Parts: sequence; structure tokens; C-alpha cells
Amino acid sequence: MEELSGPPFASAREEGDSPLLPKADIEKLLSVALERGGEFAEIFIQRSKSASIPLEEQKIRSAAMRISMGVGVRVICGEKTGYAYSDNLGMESLTEAARVAAHIAHSTSVERPVRVNARLAPDYYAVEVNPEEVSAKDKSRILTQANDAAFAYDPRIKEVDVYYADATDETIIANSEGLWVADKETILRMMVRCLAVEGAISRSGSYGGGGRIGIEYFNKVSPEEIAREAARMAVVQLKAVPAPAGTMPVVIHNAWGGVLFHEAVGHGLEADFIRKAQSVYAGRIGQKVASELCTIVDDATIPNARGSYNIDDEGTPGERKVLIEKGVLKGYMTDKLNARLMNLPLSGNGRRESYHDVPIPRMSCFFMEAGESNPEEIIRSVDRGVYAKNFSGGQVDIASGNFVFTITEGYMIEGGKLGAPIRGASLVGNGPDVLTKITMVGSDLKLDPGIGSCGKGGQSVPTTVGMPTVKVSEMTVGGTATE
Amino acid sequence: MDYLDFAQETVSSAMRAGAHEAEVFMQTGSEFSVDIRMGDIETLTQASYKGLGLRVFVGNRVAFASTTDFHPDVVEEMASDTVELAQVASEDAANGLPAVGPGPLPHIDLVDPNIQHLPAEDKIDMARDAERAAFDFDTRITNSHGAGFGSHTSARIIANSNGILYSNATTECGISCTPIAEQGPEKQVGSYWTAKRFLKDLESPMFVGEEAALRAVRKLGARKVQTQKVPVIFDWNVGSMLWGSVFSALEGEAVHRGMSFLKDMIGKKIASDLVTLTDDPLRPWGLGSMPFDGEGVLTKRKTVVDKGVLNLYFYDARTARKYGQEPTGNARRSYGSIPSVGPANFYLEPSAISVDNLVGEVSEGFYVMDTMGRGINIVTGDFSVGASGMWISGGEFAFPVQEVTIAGNMLDMLHNIDAVANDIKFISSVVTPTFRISEMTVSGR
Repeated sequence: MEELSGPPFASAREEGDSPLLPKADIEKLLSVALERGGEFAEIFIQRSKSASIPLEEQKIRSAAMRISMGVGVRVICGEKTGYAYSDNLGMESLTEAARVAAHIAHSTSVERPVRVNARLAPDYYAVEVNPEEVSAKDKSRILTQANDAAFAYDPRIKEVDVYYADATDETIIANSEGLWVADKETILRMMVRCLAVEGAISRSGSYGGGGRIGIEYFNKVSPEEIAREAARMAVVQLKAVPAPAGTMPVVIHNAWGGVLFHEAVGHGLEADFIRKAQSVYAGRIGQKVASELCTIVDDATIPNARGSYNIDDEGTPGERKVLIEKGVLKGYMTDKLNARLMNLPLSGNGRRESYHDVPIPRMSCFFMEAGESNPEEIIRSVDRGVYAKNFSGGQVDIASGNFVFTITEGYMIEGGKLGAPIRGASLVGNGPDVLTKITMVGSDLKLDPGIGSCGKGGQSVPTTVGMPTVKVSEMTVGGTATE
Repeated sequence: MDYLDFAQETVSSAMRAGAHEAEVFMQTGSEFSVDIRMGDIETLTQASYKGLGLRVFVGNRVAFASTTDFHPDVVEEMASDTVELAQVASEDAANGLPAVGPGPLPHIDLVDPNIQHLPAEDKIDMARDAERAAFDFDTRITNSHGAGFGSHTSARIIANSNGILYSNATTECGISCTPIAEQGPEKQVGSYWTAKRFLKDLESPMFVGEEAALRAVRKLGARKVQTQKVPVIFDWNVGSMLWGSVFSALEGEAVHRGMSFLKDMIGKKIASDLVTLTDDPLRPWGLGSMPFDGEGVLTKRKTVVDKGVLNLYFYDARTARKYGQEPTGNARRSYGSIPSVGPANFYLEPSAISVDNLVGEVSEGFYVMDTMGRGINIVTGDFSVGASGMWISGGEFAFPVQEVTIAGNMLDMLHNIDAVANDIKFISSVVTPTFRISEMTVSGR
């Protein structure tokens, strides 16, 4: 019943053509887009279907479905990009969009026929139970299971919100280099938020899970365990003391902790910031930029990870790249425009939020490789500091390299042992500086649970972070408790 | 296609399919944006869009669907699918359209016809002029994230089974500039923007460029300071983050469920006498102005906090019914979302005092010009964000500061506001003049 009518788009991947917009029409549009002398033209066709269900106060509050469909036309001429999009798939509208995008180029009109040939996208992961084929009623049972588990966790849990969403994205990407490639990607996630109350004190906790995977996800990670984790965090916070203020050693727990590297170095290795000499990592290939304990990878091929994809939003297959090896900078993350202008290889990092947007270099699954230290040993090595366990996100200023990330669950470390839980606080550092202060790296590499999104230039895309437990010898902790 | 007819026809489709109440919210629009970098066009985007959201109530159950495909067959099938989808939701007596019929729509001046007719070349020139002004301002401006001009023309329509059919159109335009200053290995970015409904109200490209350059250059040589408790001044450009969080804490649903640090506060003092907060959806040329809200409730001006005393919480139709209140006309949405409570033009009332006075009275303190991160907890009021700006010593700017955090509890922060300036600029739906908080923790070395 959540199936909406529409052209039989899904078969495009196998058959190498789509009735939604036949190849012959795509070729015509590409020719129009090159009319004013553009060097490169591209057609991005997208149809998305999504479903969401919120549960609040023990009730399924509503159920929702969304469909969006549109075409983006891009023309590149030197460093200039012209872009237009249309949600009307008639040839008249699309031809107008192609003309508008072409406008940035200024040569006289030349007829340049374009031929495109189907290429098969890689298929990095299987979706066993397609969310589109599961009824909203069955999905709502998953939310109820989570809700019940959260309330059962502790009598102090007084409020529970659960949110579930899935989406299926079908794309066709064709360009004036002759590429025609179709892809279908599925993504889902569930979030649980709990409020724990004890006397006059109220504290919240939230957790979630998901990935590029079907409903079988909940056989691997149960709705109950996600809910109990959210409830646990809320209950722990009831006893939290004010976070300290000042500079001290910080031990960062694995998985979500990878937000540290996403901000401290990840964005700074995106090729647009490098080409424009805006990043602190510009011109530093081959140089030591981090402690030799640091090996950092961007990998779009990890099966079922939220940040993975078969092809990026320019049709380049997702890849695994080692960006920093034992502290030495090896490469950058590129899209087509920047790879061409900088004479760098394509790395499959050209991503966009939707057909409304121009693709730009973005991370996929960005993580730090495991080291050799025992995580408990890392905590034991700290006399007085903070243990940061869960996070709500971060932000970086590319030019200065300054970044923050916010902890939602953390503990004091006193004499090598975990002490009282601390209230939420932001941690601030400088990227290049913090990378040299990674003094211990654990053996417990883990990716985040699959609910993260990253924003850049007004575009949000799903990403994954990850890392083992890590010790930073010195960071500024932004609490209120001064000594 | 006549969109007003189409909206009404879609409501009828849903009613025929078995809905007891139905509502369509539609948006159409066109956008233009150009990014200039180092004098040349980097990206130029031009497009138009449309979308329709359908909310149906079947008994006390609700479901929602949205589409960008307006083919009549697609929309008709969606209407019957949505009615069926409602069976998944739980019954809740609070569900339903607002219990109001059509009324006279207030007129607010929100459309500048000149935007539509402005040639692309003029728009490109404004962005180019802003960036050039930034480079001309100081030789230490050596690089740029770019400058931009954007404009947006849009219309929204609401139709429902209570006979409501409203529409209104708006225009928006803006200029932004983000230059980079360099000194040795150090790079600092500065950013400034202006946004208005009418072209004539924009600050000049030159002003935007110079102000952005000043903000970049001023940060050169920035350093950490010792961890300490001092007065903190929030520049108007960053202070709106506090009021955005305060608005969230005043949402009726959060308050009644015990998820807000401002629960049980009606009639009580939540801030110093200097704090008067207004939400004014009827403000002429306001970027958050709207004659009707996202579910067709006519809007009105509200004094939310009066000299520190809290007057009201915000409700949409559902939460108002649930908690025995009146809808406040704050249902905000896009065509792709169910309505939720949000601000119209929500702002701190300015005083008559200049920013120089606020700075001049501080012996040692921190003037915050940029914040990073969102370490803000609405449940507890805990506030902790990364910050950069100027250190104040002896009533004057002494040196730039970076890589520190500022932290406190929002309720304490509100009570400790001891000065408000006169420099409010309406560039967004949540805005503020510069204000000072008598004490916060600055964490650094």
C-alpha cells in the first residue's frame, strides 16, 4: 500500500535503459547542454521514495510517505559550473533546464552529438528485505518493541520517543563522456530518545541504528537493544556532575568518537578546500601531518554501512582510499571537477543531497584504523582527565582548523579509573595540533551505529564515522567546573 | 494548471477516498543563486520547484504524504493510499484540523516585484562587488571562500476540508561574503551576509564585503586564554542561537512532557528585566512573516517574555487541543513535512544603548563573534559551545581569541543578561541585538 504508481524505474539497472527518460532523450539533452561550448555536461535523474513513522507517548503518532522526482543538469566550463533542475520530466522543461545550465559557457553554438553507453554499477551490498515491501503496520511493531523495552529498562524512564525512517533512491547518471549508469540504494534508520526523571531532576538520552540495509537490520541489531542504550544514557545522566573546564587528557571511546577525525582532518582533505588553498592540509602530500599511530581511511565499500554507496552522485564507483598512513598524508578526496582541475585521480567522493544540488567532495565512511593498545590500558594511563563515550556531533572551521565536538555521555577519569558521569559539554581543539597529540590507539576499531549525517554547503548526506579508543594527550574541555 | 483548484481538488479526492478531514499544503517557487570566487563565477544555479503535502484524518488517526509529481493520476492514487495508511496510526483525540473556518487574511508586504525583473548580470555583479570590496579592504585578505547573491520567489497555498483556501507569495534576496585573511601560516575566515524581502533594503555589496573582511582580519593572531569566569558579550550575529534554543524550550509539547528547562514557568521570571521577547508574524517585510500558519490558523503578534516574565508557550492545533490551549499560529512546515511548532519573527527587543557602551563597561571579558557546535540541551538548559572573538581588557578590544569554549546554564544566562544594545538587524526569522551576560565559564588553557 505504500507503493506509489509511476514509471517502472527499478528495472533500469539491469536493462540499461529507462522508460522514465529514454537514452535518446538524454543524449539530446546533453547536446543542448553543450551548445554554448561547455566542456562537460551531465544529467542526474533521481526518484526517491521514503516512509517514516514517529511514536510518542506510547502511540504511533502518524505514518508518512514521500515521493520526489527530478532531474539536475550540470555544465562545466573551466572552473565555472552552471546548474539547473526541474521536477517536471517533460522534454520541454528539461530542454529549458539544459539551456539555463549551458548559459555559463560563452562560445558560439556548435552541434556536438553525444552517445552514451550503459555501464553496470558495482553492487557492494545486498538488501534482503526491501522496506518498500514491508507494510507500515509491520514497521510500526518495530517501534512498539523499542518503546516497550525503553520503559522496561528502568522505572525512572518517563517519556520515550521512537522515530523510524527508510528511503529508496533510484538514480540515473549520464554525461558527455559517454557514461550512462543506473543505481538503486536503500537506507533506513531508527532513533530512540528517552527522558529519565528522579525527583526534580530530568535527563535525556538518545541512541539509534541503521545503514544501507533492509528490514533484516533488526535481526542483527534488535530494536530493544537500541532502546535500552538510549534509556541507559538517560539514567546515567541523572547522577552527572558538571563537566570540568580547562585543558586535560581526553580518552575518546570507539565508534562515534570518530567524529573527532571527521572534523579534525576529514573535511580538510576534501579536494575543493585543497584546490582553493583554504584547508590547513593543502600542499602537504607526503608530509607527516599526524602522530605515526594514525592511519586514516575513507571507504565507500563497507557492506551495509550508512556512509557507503555503489556509485557516487557523479557515477564514479565508491572506493577505499588510505588518506593518512602512519601519520603521513597520502591523498585527498575528489569529485570530477576538482580531480580534473588538480590533475588528481577520481576517488568516488562526488556527492549531493538531491537533484537540487551540485555534487561536491564529501566523505563516505571515514575512520581511523585500529592500533595495538588495550582500551582499558588507555584509561589506566590517565591520572586526571575525561572519558568521552557518546557524542551528538561536531563542526570545523576549515581555514583555521579549529573544531568542536559535543559529548552527550562522558566520565571523569581519576587515578586511572572511571569516576562520576559528567554533564554534556563541547570539546574544542585545532585539527593539525590534535593529530600530533594522539598518544595511544586502541585495538577496538568500530564504526558508528549508522545514523549520522554531515552538512556542507547547505547539503546534508548520510555518512559514517569510526575509530578505536584513542587518547589525546591534551584537549580543552568546555564544562563549567573550574578548580 | 491552476494550483488553487488543484489543491482543493486534492482535498476532495481524499474526502472521497474516506477521509473525515483533509488538508493540502503546497509550495511553488523559483530560485537563483550565484557564487563568485576570486572574481569569477564558480557556480550559477537557476531552477523552479513545486511540491504538495497531503494530511488526512480518518477518525482520530492521521497520515501524511507528499509528492513533487503533480500528475492527476499519481495524486489521486496517493490520496487513497494516504487514507489507508492512517490505519497504522494510533487513535488520538487531539488529532484533527484546527477548529476554525476561513477568516479575513491580513495583508503583509512581502513581495518585491523588482526581484523577478532584475537581470542576472546585475545579480552577478553584486556578488562580485562584495568580494572585491573584501580584497580591497586589507592586503592581508589573500583568499576567499567566495561571495554570493541569491534570490527566491515562492508561493504557498493551503486548502482544507473546513473550507479554508489561502495563499500568499513572498520574495527573498541576499548577499554574502566569506573572505580569508592570512598572516604567515595562519588563516582566518570572516563571514557576513545581508538578507531581505526587498532588494532596496539590502546592505550594499561594498558594506557586506568590508564587514566580512574586518571580521577575518580582526581574528589574525588569535590565541587561547586561561580558563576563567568573566562577562561574555554575544555579538548580534551569533546571539540568535540562544533565542532559537529558548524558542525550542517554549514549545508546548516539550514543556508539558517535562522535556524543557522552561517548564512550569508561566507568569514567572525566567530572565532579567532587560529581556522582552516578541514573536511577530505580521511584521512588514519580515523574513519570518506569514499571514497564516502551516495549518491555516491566522497569525498574531505576541509578547512572549515581558521584562523577564514568561507569558506563553507555543502550540499548534494538536498540542493546543491536547493541553487545553489555543493554537498560537506557530505551525511551521514545508510541503514535505507535518506541521511542527516554530518561530515567525522571534526577537529580543533592542534598547537605546550602543555596543560601545556594552564593551566599555567590561574590565576583563570576552566578546563572542563566532560560535561552533551545538552543545545545547533543552531538557537541562546546559549550554557549551566552541567560540572565537575578541578579548576585552579595560573596556576595549585587546586581542583576538580562538579555540575556547563558553559554558553555562541557559536559565542562569537569561537571568544574568545585564545589558542589551540597539543594533538589531532583521536578517533571519530569529534575530537579536548584541547582549551581555554578567558571567560565564570560558574554558581555554
